[in-house]
Amino acid sequence: MAEERFDCVVVGGGPAGAAAAYTMAKAGLKVALIDRGEFPGAKNVFGGVLFRSQLEDLLPEFWKEAPLERLIVEERLMLLDEQGMVTLSHRNPGFADPPNSWSAMRAQFDAWFAGKAEKAGAVPVYQTTVTELLQEGDRVVGVRTDREDGDLYADIVIVADGVNSLLGKALGVHREWQPDEVSLGVKEIIHLPRNVIESRFNLEGNEGASIEFLGDTLGMTGLGFLYTNKESISIGVGIMVNDLQKARVKPYAVLDHVKQHPYIRKLIAGGEVEEYAAHLIPEGGFHSMPPLAGNGWMICGDAAQMVNAVNGEGTNLAVLSGRLAGETAILAHVRGDYSLGMLDHYNESIRASIVFKDLKKYSGIHGLLSGPERRVLFGKLPGVLNESISDYMSVNGITKEEKQKMLIHQLRDAAGGNVELLRLGLKGWRAINR
Amino acid sequence: MLHIAVCIKQVPDSREMRIDPKTNTLIRQGAPAIVNYFDLRGLEAALQLKDEFGARVTVLTMGPPSADKAIKECIAMGADEGILVSDRGFAGADTLATSYVVGQTIDKAGEVWGPVDLVFCGKQTIDGDTGQVGPGVACRLDYEQLTYVEKVESFDPNTREIVVHRHLEDGVERVQAKLPALITALAEMNKPRRASLPGVLRAARYQPIVWTTNDFTDLDRSKIGLRGSPTVVGRSWVPEQKPVNTKILTGDTVNQVAEDLFTALFATELPGKLGWVQEG
Amino acid sequence: MAEEKKSRPAVGLQPEGDVDWSQYRGILVVVEQRDGVAKKVSWQLLGEARRMADKLQAPLMALVLGHQVGHLVKEAFAYGADQVFLSDAPILQDYRTRSYSRVCLQVIREYKPEIVLIGATYTGRDLAGAIATHVPTGLTADCTQLDVDENRLLNATRPAFSEKMVATILCKQFKPQMATARPGVFAALPRDDARSGQVIEIPPQIEESEIGTRVLEFIQERQGINLEDAEVIVAGGRGVGSPEGFRLLQELADVLGGVVGATRPVVEAGWIGHEHQVGQTGSTVRPKLYIAAGISGAVQHVVGMQHSDYIVAINKDPEAPIFSGAHYGIVGDLFEVIPALITAAKARKTTHVS
Ligand SMILES: Cc1cc2nc3c(=O)[nH]c(=O)nc-3n(C[C@H](O)[C@H](O)[C@H](O)COP(=O)(O)OP(=O)(O)OC[C@H]3O[C@@H](n4cnc5c(N)ncnc54)[C@H](O)[C@@H]3O)c2cc1C
Ligand SMILES: Cc1cc2nc3c(=O)[nH]c(=O)nc-3n(C[C@H](O)[C@H](O)[C@H](O)COP(=O)(O)OP(=O)(O)OC[C@H]3O[C@@H](n4cnc5c(N)ncnc54)[C@H](O)[C@@H]3O)c2cc1C
Ligand SMILES: Nc1ncnc2c1ncn2[C@@H]1O[C@H](COP(=O)(O)O)[C@@H](O)[C@H]1O
Repeated sequence: MAEERFDCVVVGGGPAGAAAAYTMAKAGLKVALIDRGEFPGAKNVFGGVLFRSQLEDLLPEFWKEAPLERLIVEERLMLLDEQGMVTLSHRNPGFADPPNSWSAMRAQFDAWFAGKAEKAGAVPVYQTTVTELLQEGDRVVGVRTDREDGDLYADIVIVADGVNSLLGKALGVHREWQPDEVSLGVKEIIHLPRNVIESRFNLEGNEGASIEFLGDTLGMTGLGFLYTNKESISIGVGIMVNDLQKARVKPYAVLDHVKQHPYIRKLIAGGEVEEYAAHLIPEGGFHSMPPLAGNGWMICGDAAQMVNAVNGEGTNLAVLSGRLAGETAILAHVRGDYSLGMLDHYNESIRASIVFKDLKKYSGIHGLLSGPERRVLFGKLPGVLNESISDYMSVNGITKEEKQKMLIHQLRDAAGGNVELLRLGLKGWRAINR
Repeated sequence: MLHIAVCIKQVPDSREMRIDPKTNTLIRQGAPAIVNYFDLRGLEAALQLKDEFGARVTVLTMGPPSADKAIKECIAMGADEGILVSDRGFAGADTLATSYVVGQTIDKAGEVWGPVDLVFCGKQTIDGDTGQVGPGVACRLDYEQLTYVEKVESFDPNTREIVVHRHLEDGVERVQAKLPALITALAEMNKPRRASLPGVLRAARYQPIVWTTNDFTDLDRSKIGLRGSPTVVGRSWVPEQKPVNTKILTGDTVNQVAEDLFTALFATELPGKLGWVQEG
Repeated sequence: MAEEKKSRPAVGLQPEGDVDWSQYRGILVVVEQRDGVAKKVSWQLLGEARRMADKLQAPLMALVLGHQVGHLVKEAFAYGADQVFLSDAPILQDYRTRSYSRVCLQVIREYKPEIVLIGATYTGRDLAGAIATHVPTGLTADCTQLDVDENRLLNATRPAFSEKMVATILCKQFKPQMATARPGVFAALPRDDARSGQVIEIPPQIEESEIGTRVLEFIQERQGINLEDAEVIVAGGRGVGSPEGFRLLQELADVLGGVVGATRPVVEAGWIGHEHQVGQTGSTVRPKLYIAAGISGAVQHVVGMQHSDYIVAINKDPEAPIFSGAHYGIVGDLFEVIPALITAAKARKTTHVS
């Protein structure tokens, strides 16, 4: 056993763990940050957009030094059918000041962020896997690692070990995921020269574009994304695991299919695949969030299901929850009380935070995404919309008024009649407006 | 106490190196840095001697400031002290200049912690790949030189004699040497240990000792860095891959495929060269 | 020798003051031998050096050293040397860095060759590294191309970064220019026993008491595994599955008159000894035929065998990178393919014999 004792051991060096470790180390707590990767982020995956908001609270103006790819100035939402698409596109130069989001690579960003925690005084313990929690009665008192003499004792353990959270399972707050609670994200990084990216996406300097798309995912529930990096493009899809299971399709088959879409194909033409990755995304949302604290422990980030599936936000929620857990730990340290009664403060601050509010707002989404309506939403609807708009735009002797009627008709048919269309609209509305 | 120095170098992981198709140069950027594969064997051998006979193990490297990571890795495994010899003035060194600085460093380490009895180097680095630094250092220090060692058979702390196995192309040589000596390690020598948790914690807080040109009292500046390097790279290029025309043999049965292969091979000059017997 | 003091060798950059480099003329090849048998690379180097010496219009010298090795002088002439130095003494019975480097330095200091070439064998590299540091001068390792230019500069070309690049190294300001050269790359001249020339004896100026090492014994390789010299290699990777699987490869190797090679993971798993490992951290081989079975074709492996004359790849994954560098590819299970190859090979050989 290592003779040292720590005030807090953080398991997982992703955004959640790094945020927690940084918060506590800065306050002078003796913190160990454990990650199994060669360095934090080595194997970590995300789609590719990092938001300013929560990270800024922790590291003001972090974007001036963090390894980021491009500043997102244009966002597009596309509804794809097999051949065409309907796009909603928004460009706002104001996005630059203050910046809203960036494309980024996790291997670089996580390593940098964890490095911040190290500089603040957190002790890095990498290439080390936590195999179990050390418990005394109902109290967590440390962790056991896979190294020789590998037990590490601490007053508090913060669990931030990501979507599969082994430790969450050990604590009994994390069940095996149900297929309708997670989607599987697959992603490729495609190398393209800087100037090609800039001319294809109409960008200058370090400007970047983000595209999210719906439809053409072989009828399955899922979203696609495409982000511009400095010299590459991140492209991927996230598909609900239950759909993949039912259709017996491999997720990369969906990605390959999307890459063949006539429009997408042109955006990535000539590029060479540099990297390939797959990762689970928790989509259960609000209802899947476990108890967040106990005697001697707290849990945050993906391990606690804190992902906003609708807006593709995860890292910011991870950062926020990590910070709040860290702040609670500081308080607990001052009072010398590591019981649930004390640490529940974290639970409360989460509930008062935007994480909770957003997740609550979208808490109906899960039902929508896993219920029967998803067939319409991800299957028929994008196609019909494309057809209708196509008709609407063609100059072919039919009056615009007639065309409008046809459009509504077609949508109604796709949804399975008037009532269904209404129901779908209502459900969708409720899902995001509680 | 026995004082063992281990020379290490941080090298780019060759798996991750790519060639820039436009400029035809190597993209070293982004390739993660690792401790040279063979050097870790040297360190492990030193640590095994430490475990058995008690020893002070000092690791050292001449390299950029970022090489402190490599030093820390060695500290985690169990080295006592780590020295990073780093200075712009050392940059651009070839093997002659490198061995001069490494030799000086070992001398200086000897002054600080007691004379160095044994030095371990790797057989070669996976980037420079010369295997010349080890012999160079031995020569500078005037130590006995034992290269390509696959095993330390025995060590007698009283007579200060070591017996090693040198693995050569055609066999194994058992050699006895008096300390001080320098050994270059082959991969066969051992399997480097995984650091213990206390080791990792120590390494996390350890600050490598950094020596710059100014820390050496009688360093001859004409022998270091670019100036002290007689060799220069005249030209470097990416070799053209001689295009191989791969013929995939497909046949209805494996026996057919096997027959096809031999038919193809027998149509070349191979059987003649290899003395295979031709078909009647 | 005066400048060879026991305490600390005089290492510094080149002699003080002006040096008359024009006194340095000719190419010296150090002949490596064991038990009086010369290593092939020595004659290969003489062959390549002959061409360069003619270009430089300078003598080609060979240094034969050891104990009871006088007969190699004749061979050195036969393979192209104009002049041979012979250092034959009991103290040189075994190769030891101190004694051998001392003799080389004696010759270099007295006869001033402009180029010194040594085979890039383990012994050659051990020796060259010591000599170059003593002289001191620049040394280029493991060259695969050698030439001289109009400025009498040695253009020593060698692979770097796992053979991803090639670089030509020059040593402009010092003499001799030194290089070790890879075995099997250059061709020896046809042996011409009619050639002869001047023999100069070099008595080694070293005492046993100055040497701190003793060779206790030399154990000839157990199974005679000598990958570097092998003409046929049947190599296996993780796809071979187990130590037993390697027996199958051995069987094919035996039929073809070859030896067994391996990738690093299987060596590390202990399925087969380290001496079988081919690749960046193992041996670099250049056989006439290389059969790769159950090997994916990682760069670290491929750099060690890519210069084989013929490469046959057997892998059940048609996408395995090993195929891209192979002359013949067989997509299939090696446990079916190899037995078929053994049968086919045996059939070919027996048809003729009977
Ligand atoms: C395809 C995809 C696209 C996404 N796109 C976006 C996006 O565009 N924007 C966004 O904000 N979010 C996105 N997300 C979500 C985001 O990646 C996560 O929400 C976020 O990374 C969660 O951070 P975390 O620190 O909780 O977990 P992780 O980042 O998963 O970190 C967990 C860490 O714990 C370590 N670890 C795990 N187990 C152990 C153990 N036993 N011992 C030691 N260490 C351990 C791991 O090595 C890892 O470093 C996406 C996710 C996916 C999969
Ligand atoms: C610094 C460094 C140095 C290295 N040095 C070396 C080195 O010197 N030499 C070396 O070899 N490696 C070296 N490596 C390792 C190298 O990167 C690869 O990991 C290694 O070469 C892969 O070995 P493999 O082909 O046996 O295994 P794998 O990559 O696992 O490939 C096994 C292959 O077998 C095939 N297969 C499986 N079953 C069958 C079957 N029944 N029939 C036919 N095919 C089958 C599979 O399709 C697969 O392609 C080094 C790595 C590093 C980092
Ligand atoms: N810069 C360096 N600092 C310390 N040791 C080195 C350095 N370069 C090489 N070495 C040692 O010398 C060995 C042979 O290196 P090389 O001659 O570059 O193949 C390495 O395995 C190291 O042990």
